[in-house]
Amino acid sequence: MNTLPQLDPARLSLGLAALLFAIGVAGVLFRRNAIVLFMCIELMLNAVNLAFVALSRSIDISGQVFVFFVMTVAAAEAAVGLALVIAIFRHAETVDMKHFTLLRW
Amino acid sequence: MEHQFEPTLLWAIALLPLLGFIGNGITAFIAPGRKVIPTLLGPGVVGLAFVIAGLNFLGLRGAELHEPIVQSYWQWMPVGSLSIDAAFQLDQLSLLMALVVTGVGFLIHVFSVGYMHDDAGYARYFSYLNLFVFFMVVLVLGASYPVMFVGWEGVGLCSYLLIGFWFRDREKADAGKKAFIVNRIGDFGFLVAMLLLFSNLGALDFATVFAAAPAAFPYGGAVVTALTLFLFLGATGKSAQIPLYIWLPDAMAGPTPVSALIHAATMVTAGVYMVARSSVLFALAPVSMIVVAGVGAFTALFAATIGLIQYDIKKVLAYSTVSQLGYMLIGVGTGAYAAGIFHLMTHAFFKALLFLGSGAVIHAMHHAYHATHSHEDAQDMRNMGGLRHYLPKTWIFMWIATLAIAGVWPFAGFFSKDEIIWQAAARAVGPFANWFRVYWLLALAAAMLTAFYMTRLMIMTFHGTNRTGEQERRHLHEAPAVMWVPLAVLAGLSVVGGWLNVPQAIKELPVLGWIPSTEWVHEWLHPQLVAADEIIATHVGEATHQAPLGGGEAFWALLSFALATAVILASAAWLRRRRVLPARDSAEPRGFASVLYHKWYVDEIYDLIVVRPVLAVSRFCWRIIDQGLIDGVVNGAGFSARAFGWVGAQLQTGQLNTYAFAAVLGVLLLLGFVIF
Repeated sequence: MNTLPQLDPARLSLGLAALLFAIGVAGVLFRRNAIVLFMCIELMLNAVNLAFVALSRSIDISGQVFVFFVMTVAAAEAAVGLALVIAIFRHAETVDMKHFTLLRW
Repeated sequence: MEHQFEPTLLWAIALLPLLGFIGNGITAFIAPGRKVIPTLLGPGVVGLAFVIAGLNFLGLRGAELHEPIVQSYWQWMPVGSLSIDAAFQLDQLSLLMALVVTGVGFLIHVFSVGYMHDDAGYARYFSYLNLFVFFMVVLVLGASYPVMFVGWEGVGLCSYLLIGFWFRDREKADAGKKAFIVNRIGDFGFLVAMLLLFSNLGALDFATVFAAAPAAFPYGGAVVTALTLFLFLGATGKSAQIPLYIWLPDAMAGPTPVSALIHAATMVTAGVYMVARSSVLFALAPVSMIVVAGVGAFTALFAATIGLIQYDIKKVLAYSTVSQLGYMLIGVGTGAYAAGIFHLMTHAFFKALLFLGSGAVIHAMHHAYHATHSHEDAQDMRNMGGLRHYLPKTWIFMWIATLAIAGVWPFAGFFSKDEIIWQAAARAVGPFANWFRVYWLLALAAAMLTAFYMTRLMIMTFHGTNRTGEQERRHLHEAPAVMWVPLAVLAGLSVVGGWLNVPQAIKELPVLGWIPSTEWVHEWLHPQLVAADEIIATHVGEATHQAPLGGGEAFWALLSFALATAVILASAAWLRRRRVLPARDSAEPRGFASVLYHKWYVDEIYDLIVVRPVLAVSRFCWRIIDQGLIDGVVNGAGFSARAFGWVGAQLQTGQLNTYAFAAVLGVLLLLGFVIF
């Protein structure tokens, strides 16, 4: 009776996660502001978290446990990363990543 | 009175000059201006070495010594089955050579004190000269071919250092290089001969080689002929024979005492000594003997013709030396080893005297021109003339040496040179008799030329009117005592040196035979040469007592004495009437004289057929092979690596987004593989 596909919450959640992840990837690929890059990385991590949670209903609880680990790592990463961004800004008065190519040959 | 003979301090004969070299060398580095240490140390160590050699001589004279005494000091090269010791060998031949080297060397060292006194490189000069004596002693005392080779190379090095002593002058430095490079060709021959000896006999020390050679090599065999010819190639280099004689006249660029010591009295005789030392090997190879004597005879005549027309006083003496070395090689080549060594010895006396005398002349001329700031050539005989009024002592000594070299009785050359000429005739027996007859005629002709060019040198230098110049004449003066006393000693030796070996045939003559002596050199060297003599006597035959054109030894000795005297008197009379112009007013010689003046254009011919092709090949190797091919490959490898790296480096932009894009692309690809 439903011509529309069943709006299964799990499938919706996975689709949203994929969309968020793609937005994050696109941001990392095309933006150069370090803060924006960070936000995009967080977006990807959270998209993964969403996928974990969505899938944990049909598989087992370990997905949800993993989410906590990811959040912890993300928090630590954000702390270190933002500190780096601040240091970079103090050094170069900019956070535009196109100026930071010192490590190439 | 046979008793056991023990050598006295044999090692010290070599060690003392080495200490002198070290002492003078240190002085040259630390205090080059100090003259006291080199003055005492330089001649002193050589004099002491001579005293020690003399002590050994006195000891050996009373003893019967048939086998050489070999003193081994340490094991030098133990290689597989070959063991070479650093060993010296004392026997009659090596001791005679050591006496000549240290004795004449000492006199020349003393002369140098005066001659080099004002030179800035005084200490350096004496250190080189001492080093030379050291290597020369090693050469003559060495008990094996390799030890001899050490001395052989060492004297070559010292020759190079001393020819180029005034190395700031390009021409003199080049002369040193020429001597060194030409000698390398000869050294190659020596090395090949040593390798041949080792591969055939397995040993290189004299005692073993000479004992084993007659059994190991068949008479006239190919191996021993090749071996001796290679040895002789070495001798032509060191003893300045055709085709390698060209370095010796140029070697006159060095200080004159050096010319006397190295390029007349001692080093250049090394080749003659080596042939005499290897007498057993050469006796086994008749073809080599023909070659040795032939090269000697031809060189004797060839060099004498060049000497006829040279104007540089030292050049005349240089070609005279080449010519006299030719005589020595006729001697050792015909099997008359003792005669060759005898002439080596007397030649050391009178040629050292001639060179030192010319040094005294040049010294005076140089001072005269120096005092007036003239740039005339102090060595050109056209600028001399009449010097007997200014250098009376030198004049007398030089005449003694001239009579000695021309072969006038009773001077040394009469006995030694005429004996060689006679031996060439007397040994004209066996299958190669005709060769020796030709050599005999060549040697006779060269003897006439010798008398002429030496008379010419004396007349142009000391007689006639002085051509030095009005201003300069007042500055001409006799050499100081430190220079003329060695000349006097050498003059004495040039007179009596020949009496050591008066042939029996001459002793029987009424007036000429009063000299109280016997064939001493022959008897003295006999133990060392008996083996070779026996081989020659067995295979070739005993020497005759009849010259090819009839007449015995005494007849020909008298004839050559008469001829030499006649040539001297006639040329003196002729030359004294000729007017000689100073060098700057003279024209180039014309016609055949020009060919002789330019030394038969040998240097030019060598330049064309040897030097230029070598340069062309070298340039080809340099430009095409080295710079083109080898450098091309190496540079190409480097360039391709760089190019590859450049391409890779372009991927590294340093832009975070690019890397992220690459990572995402990779993940997507992997994902694609996993899923599909």
